[in-house]
Amino acid sequence: MSERPSRKPEKILVLGSGALKIGEAGEFDYSGSQAIKALKEEGIRSILVNPNIATIQTSRLLADEVYFLPVTPYFVEKVIEKERPDGIFLSFGGQTALNCGVDLYTRGILRRYGVRVLGTPVGAIILTEDREKFANHLKEVGISIPRGASATSLGEARACAREIGFPVMVRAAYALGGQKSGVAENVTELEAIVRGALAVAPQVLIEQYLRHYKEIEYEVVRDRFDNCVTVCNMENMDPLGIHTGDSIVVAPSQTLTNEEYHALRSISIRAVRSLGIVGECNIQFALNPRPKHGPLEYYVIEVNARLSRSSALASKATGYPLAYVAAKLALGKALTDIENKVTRATRSFFEPALDYVVVKIPRWDLGKFVHATERIGSAMKSVGEVMGIGRTFEEALQKAVRMLRIGSEGVGESPVRWTKSSLRRALRIPTPNRLFALGEALRRGFLLSAMHRLTGIDPWYLSRIRNIVTNETALQRKKTFTKSEFLWLKQIGFSDKRIGTLVGKSELAVRRKRKLLGVKPSVFQIDTLSGEVPARTNYLYLTYNGNHNDVSPLGPGGTLILGSGPYHIGSSVEFDWSSVHTALALGRRGRKTIVVNCNPETVSTDYDMSHRLYFEELSFETVADIYEFEKPGGVIVSVGGQASNNLARPLEKQGFRILGTKAKDIDRAEDRKKFSRLLDEIKVAQPPWSAFTTLKDAGQFALRVGYPVLVRPSYVLSGSAMSVCRDRLELREFVGKAAAISKEHPVTISKFILGAKEIEFDAIAESGNLRAFVISEHVENAGVHSGDATVVYPAYEIGPDSENEMIHTARKLARALRITGPYNIQYLLREGKIYVIEVNLRASRTFPFVSKATGVNLPEVFAAALFRKSKSITIPHPNYAVVKSPQFSFARLEGADPVLRVEMASTGEVACFGRDSREALLKSISASTSFGQNGAKAALLCLGGEKHKRKFIESARTLKRLGYSIYATEGTCAYLNALGVAAKRIYKVYEEKRPNVVDLVGGKQVAFVVNLSDPTKGGEKTKKRIRTDGYFLRRATVDSHTPLFTDLNLARFFVKALGEYGREMLEIRPWGSYVREKKIL
Amino acid sequence: MASASYSPRTNERGFFLQTPASSEKLVLKDGTVVSGKSFGARRSVAGEVVFATGMVGYPESLTDPSYAGQILVFSYPLIGNYGVAGKRSWESSGIKVSGLVVSDYIETPSHHSSRQALHEWLEDEGIPALEVKDTRFLVEKLRDRGSTLGKIIMDNDISFFDPNQENLVARVSTQEVRREGRGRKTIVFVDCGAKRNIVRSLLRRRARVITVPWNYDMFQSKIPFHGLVISNGPGDPKAIRETIQIAQKALARNIPTLGICLGNQILALAAGGDTYKMKFGHRGQNQPCTLVGSRKSYLTTQNHGFAVGKIPRGFRTWFVNANDGTNEGLIHERHPVMSVQFHPEARPGPEDTDWIFDYFLKHV
Repeated sequence: MSERPSRKPEKILVLGSGALKIGEAGEFDYSGSQAIKALKEEGIRSILVNPNIATIQTSRLLADEVYFLPVTPYFVEKVIEKERPDGIFLSFGGQTALNCGVDLYTRGILRRYGVRVLGTPVGAIILTEDREKFANHLKEVGISIPRGASATSLGEARACAREIGFPVMVRAAYALGGQKSGVAENVTELEAIVRGALAVAPQVLIEQYLRHYKEIEYEVVRDRFDNCVTVCNMENMDPLGIHTGDSIVVAPSQTLTNEEYHALRSISIRAVRSLGIVGECNIQFALNPRPKHGPLEYYVIEVNARLSRSSALASKATGYPLAYVAAKLALGKALTDIENKVTRATRSFFEPALDYVVVKIPRWDLGKFVHATERIGSAMKSVGEVMGIGRTFEEALQKAVRMLRIGSEGVGESPVRWTKSSLRRALRIPTPNRLFALGEALRRGFLLSAMHRLTGIDPWYLSRIRNIVTNETALQRKKTFTKSEFLWLKQIGFSDKRIGTLVGKSELAVRRKRKLLGVKPSVFQIDTLSGEVPARTNYLYLTYNGNHNDVSPLGPGGTLILGSGPYHIGSSVEFDWSSVHTALALGRRGRKTIVVNCNPETVSTDYDMSHRLYFEELSFETVADIYEFEKPGGVIVSVGGQASNNLARPLEKQGFRILGTKAKDIDRAEDRKKFSRLLDEIKVAQPPWSAFTTLKDAGQFALRVGYPVLVRPSYVLSGSAMSVCRDRLELREFVGKAAAISKEHPVTISKFILGAKEIEFDAIAESGNLRAFVISEHVENAGVHSGDATVVYPAYEIGPDSENEMIHTARKLARALRITGPYNIQYLLREGKIYVIEVNLRASRTFPFVSKATGVNLPEVFAAALFRKSKSITIPHPNYAVVKSPQFSFARLEGADPVLRVEMASTGEVACFGRDSREALLKSISASTSFGQNGAKAALLCLGGEKHKRKFIESARTLKRLGYSIYATEGTCAYLNALGVAAKRIYKVYEEKRPNVVDLVGGKQVAFVVNLSDPTKGGEKTKKRIRTDGYFLRRATVDSHTPLFTDLNLARFFVKALGEYGREMLEIRPWGSYVREKKIL
Repeated sequence: MASASYSPRTNERGFFLQTPASSEKLVLKDGTVVSGKSFGARRSVAGEVVFATGMVGYPESLTDPSYAGQILVFSYPLIGNYGVAGKRSWESSGIKVSGLVVSDYIETPSHHSSRQALHEWLEDEGIPALEVKDTRFLVEKLRDRGSTLGKIIMDNDISFFDPNQENLVARVSTQEVRREGRGRKTIVFVDCGAKRNIVRSLLRRRARVITVPWNYDMFQSKIPFHGLVISNGPGDPKAIRETIQIAQKALARNIPTLGICLGNQILALAAGGDTYKMKFGHRGQNQPCTLVGSRKSYLTTQNHGFAVGKIPRGFRTWFVNANDGTNEGLIHERHPVMSVQFHPEARPGPEDTDWIFDYFLKHV
């Protein structure tokens, strides 16, 4: 029995979730971090396995030891063998940690080493993961579940579906974020989904499809004394059928009566008790909005016996630290033993009462992918989320829309244009833009009843959106407003900028008028008890539905720090790490830190990371409002990523004090013209470039410098924000179709230097003097986005002369730009010549990576620099190496072509340590792909072009020496065989003979695939238009979760590493054994 | 879709504006004036201003007789979302609060069970209601200063009125004896302003229920019964001496008794304990109560401004509030006589303690 109190553990192993990927993102940095904090408080040693180097949980301030190793049974077993923990936490690292833990448990590894699973018993976890057994269990305790059956083959699936009746919902067992699931309306659709699902899971479940049911979630905690509370309930604005991760979610529920709310609450508790959960559990319901039999028609559709994305959201929505509490419960505490961290006056045994409403909206990046389908459904596709808080639904919703940073100032401002037919289609078939389709349809006078029928969205929500749209129309017609009308517009969430657009004034003019009229937001606390008890909480938001402030300003002792905003491709947890560490470093130096962020998946929005937390927009208007209220000593814009950095100019222009590098200097680095002039002045080389307003001039320039060229439009119509064009035709195609070129929208074209190395130079300067720097090197040649590149520390292929030149250039840049704070230089190196391609005067993506790789915490150096107290730090050459690998989520994005381009596509990263770069690479590839997991000892090679074949031949020989069988497509096979490397011929799809590449890869018969496209053929335009044979191969590879290499350098490097290290030779060593932290303070 | 008609109230310029009017306001005894916008009956009313923090269940709260004489402020800002369902879902025959104050009134309800919009119901029942934006300010004020007298003013001013001065129980108690249900056990239910769900909870458990007025002496009328339940109700328990005397007679006869909310206080007073007025009451759906002598805690719905202080002889504390340690229930050391300060019948609120009814009936 889990009820028996037991000896207090001394050392606990915590499993993280690895790289951020679609379906498993920042929320697990939050949950793992809180769990470790709870352990620290109890004086228990924590050992963390997580290769995600950008997270906060893998920092010195949390776990006692960190292993940057893959969260797989093999590696975790090795860590257990070495560390001998007496307990393990499985529920804080998402599905990855849970699956790994269940495997170790069922194979008896945990028992062998005497490792106790703390919290929810493994038996319960296994039960909730097996859909059929779980369905039976719920039936036994009298809880309704949808009609359904499981199938392990296509034939069985067809029979099940026929019995249940179409439409049916198909889900894969044991899969993250509803992967490979979908709604099938007929047999053809069913077959397609089932085939996909069976590729990743041994079992599929076919269920009755509950069209347009409400989707409701509860977050339940239970202690070992059987005390149970539901911390939060949430309602999806989108009806059932859209994954909750891709739904707009509202807390608390808006359309449930007391009877419904509490009936579902009681059922949640009954389910959780029946399972014996100790800790946290998420339960999702389908509720019939028009019940026919009795007052309540519900089905339980999902139970997650672990922390989840929803629990992170619930935590931020209510202020209740769910993960922290769950960790304490796992240690055997009672809910009444744990203090309410927010009120510090009450206990954790309670259910938060909200006096506000929160709206979560997912952030998608589907436009970044070639061929990805736009439709959203039961498989999650979003890469991040935001949460708006308000005291009207409209206020919360419109805040959230702006927080997304997709160029929309509110529900009424659609980022896409609508035609009659596209509008109707968007209402019927959900896409990331459906919210805006709702606004547009209401403007065009669609009836609520018709919209409800098409979308399944409750008329309650449609009425609220109509309220926004109607007022917008009134404002647009009148162009003027009284003070009370102004206040009212702010109360339903309009930004100054949006009001300005509607009445034809600038944002600043509206702001001036607003201040003149005395219309200001109130600062309210989130206190978990709706003000019933005085709370010492530092968790704040702004609202116009108030008349007083709950707190008084911190004044000049305060420092405002702008956080990362929503995670999306190109801006992720690394910026949360940078902002949190900057806040902590400043706090240690006696500053009162005020963090602003709006992303519920972050650690920066935890209650104890800053003195004050504003869960707010990172817009000029909101930051300026907070600044004017708090009157701090200044604001730091350089640690939250590019979007925060962009606020430097508008803020400084209005007289707000930017700490660190001045806005004017930031502008000199970001304005390409000014920057280019500066580089010429200080005699630093750069690839030739120019800006153009006509296609003709652009073409002439490209001809002069020679193709290929890198093209960056300032205005993008669709798809990529930049592209490499190899010839005139491609240039015409890209600039003519995908982007605009005009006087207002110039296009920047620069010479694309082929075969160049790309170097990351991360540094901190104080008053123009370089203080600390770290150089790391890309494995892939320039042309692969730096976020998608494999990065090695220390740099391994640059000579001392080049290194000195880079340092010298960095000094010149620091001086010229009068830098105080972080900056990142991207260098190109070709044939001994150094070029600067970009300088960012802010913390870069590689900030946490280089800080952890070297033990020099760069945010600490930054904090010292702000106090004019930083010292020059020399980092000695290490006797180890660290490799950072990107994590791709192509498998989750149906149809997307998994190729690397100048535009970033990865959703996360991992990094591992090793004696040398090969050992580190092998670990990091094992952590970012499923390499080594299917047991196959074969490789599929598909090498396009003579050069690729020639350059890979040594690697092919190495593979043979290692005992790999080689499969190859026609040309590659002939080439290899001719040079004495035995390879088996495998057909391409278009050859229409079997077995073809898809059969081979789909059958999981190869350990990895190398697919190098012929650089002399095709290009961006073919990638966009035609699904090539390579496309089918790449797709089949990611769909079967087989590692895929599409870059020559990386593929060669990987094979070289394989040649040097077998898996058993990879050292299992904690971070601390490689690198010790250098004292900065 | 909801049956309630949608009636947008735009101003002459086309905004759906909720302009506070200076003639529509909430005035507190300490002089605080908060302007608002009327959405209920257009009349002034005075009473005691209290707040409740529940996020669902406004029809249940508004019809809870314990709120008689009170102007209720909801801390949850969005009220009216799902309209008002039929009478059968109410906690009494109609709205019992004197007035209502919310932050964001939603006049476009949506729910299959909705029969009318909240503002229509308020108008029908003649109850004034105000939308003021900063309800959090009111909650914080009431929390710090304690419950206070106040008035909703529409056009004409009226004087303050302290509902605790009058016998509120007499006002909301039933006037007649009513018999319901069939079963082996007969329960006399003293209605001091009871929520309907107490009777529903007893009937569901197959008890015969005889509901009697607050001052009805069932010992004098000699009706046969097995157990006694004393209901919730408004105001100061010391004001209703007759009910206390009836409880004393029951105690003397060792009749199985269950007191709920006001019933807890009456039982304490009848047995020689004492009660006091709290600074501000418990009015929410998330009050944690611990079963004394165990590690078991329950979430409860509460709505009371008075509490049991001195525990009477022969009784021990059954439950305590996990947050502030106040008494949440009494149980007799030998006889099946018990009471709880919270609402085991819920509505609104969590249903965690409905086992109290099973426990009581087992001992009847």
